[in-house]
Amino acid sequence: MSGPERCPVTDWQTDFDHTAPEYAADAPAIWQELRETCPVAHSDRFGGTWLPTRHEDISAIAHDTEHFTSRGVIVSVLEPQVPAPVGYAPPISSDPPFHQVARSLLLPAFAPKAIRPIEAPTRAFCAQLIDQILSDLPASGVVDAAEQYAQHIPVRVIAHMLGVPAEDGDRFRGFIHRILEMAGQNDEPVAPDETMIHYIFTQIEKRRDEPSDDLIGFLLQAEIEGVPLTDDHVGGTIALILLAGIDTTWSAIGASIWYLAQHPEECARLIAHPELMPFAVEEMLRAFAPVTMARKVSQDVELGGKQLHEGDWVLLPFPSANRDPEFFENPNEVILDREKNRHAAFGLGIHRCLGSNLARMELTVALEEWLARVPEFELADPEAVLWSTGQVRGPRKLPIRILDPGTSTTTMGAR
Amino acid sequence: MKISFNREACQGHNRCYLLAPELFDVDDEGYAVLLVTGDVPEQLHAKAQLAVDNCPEYAITLTEENPPA
Repeated sequence: MSGPERCPVTDWQTDFDHTAPEYAADAPAIWQELRETCPVAHSDRFGGTWLPTRHEDISAIAHDTEHFTSRGVIVSVLEPQVPAPVGYAPPISSDPPFHQVARSLLLPAFAPKAIRPIEAPTRAFCAQLIDQILSDLPASGVVDAAEQYAQHIPVRVIAHMLGVPAEDGDRFRGFIHRILEMAGQNDEPVAPDETMIHYIFTQIEKRRDEPSDDLIGFLLQAEIEGVPLTDDHVGGTIALILLAGIDTTWSAIGASIWYLAQHPEECARLIAHPELMPFAVEEMLRAFAPVTMARKVSQDVELGGKQLHEGDWVLLPFPSANRDPEFFENPNEVILDREKNRHAAFGLGIHRCLGSNLARMELTVALEEWLARVPEFELADPEAVLWSTGQVRGPRKLPIRILDPGTSTTTMGAR
Repeated sequence: MKISFNREACQGHNRCYLLAPELFDVDDEGYAVLLVTGDVPEQLHAKAQLAVDNCPEYAITLTEENPPA
């Protein structure tokens, strides 16, 4: 993939680049250093971008919709074209008061009780994936847990919710790579019928003739104050669900497996004490939160002694907030039964991740099913683990060696 | 021990509902609903504390009935 030449980062305080491979590989250490030396860092890259790293500042920005707009949530040299309050992918790109209207429409579909019926199919998807991995297991026992397991789970779950064929998942991963991982760096033209927008509008057209009870069908039936949603609103929301629900969850599952591969004693503990799983899942989310959001400054404002100007980008590295020692005891330690854990993995304030209940369910089920069938595994080659760049951080290559392919087909959840 | 819940601060993280379902339900949009008024039964004190300690929005507070003077 071609892109503009990237200048290497020489100073993270004044020239950070969140799309650099060295940032992806070592982000927690970079955040820690910045928190101690320059808690609101700046870079001229992407037209001027700020990087706050303390929980207090990140929380303040997430709760301040007056000075910070969600018009842009992916830092890029490209300016977001659709103005707030609606934005290009409502409600993530929306500001109050429209935000609440667009969000209320979607909340019931992602509420905890609405997610429950998706748990059984998710468990079945995970079990199928593990069946496949174990039946194809090479003599070395080495598999890629990111490519062969983690990435497929959210793709299938989102396809299930949208009501599109599971096979379309390969295309979703292509959209994500182009739009999120290579944001603003990709100058290769894309054939018009290969774009995500084309895909989404094809799905919409299909349902105009044949109404469906999936999420796309639901949005087509939905109304705001008696008026159907515009096609752009429906398309933008589908784009959001498709983009936001996949590489994020895939990252959280992958990072958790990466951690567990290095801590066999913690695997054994979780297997022996399944009641710890809800705490362990939240601790994984805290320690390995995948998502850094962004805002644009909508009114000049001071933050941590720095003057932010209208139009500047601001990154919101929630994973850095989750490692702030002023907010968490022993933040760099993974404590699976941590009882005090106000983590911000799903953001803070009015834009709390819409899919958080879904993601939490997927992560829980993915780990339960994995540990039930693959109780012993280790990193096959720690150097070969590759972390994604950009605003979603997780392992994209995760070679592990399965030491004891369990024979049990009874899943933890079925006990 | 008294518990109170600030619905304005709640953003639907659902941590309280997961940790203390005896004390919190959720509505159709996923926002918390406090199930008890006033006193938290003795056997639920630990769960109430968990709900408080895991709410990212500080929407839940506990107060001792007879705060020391």
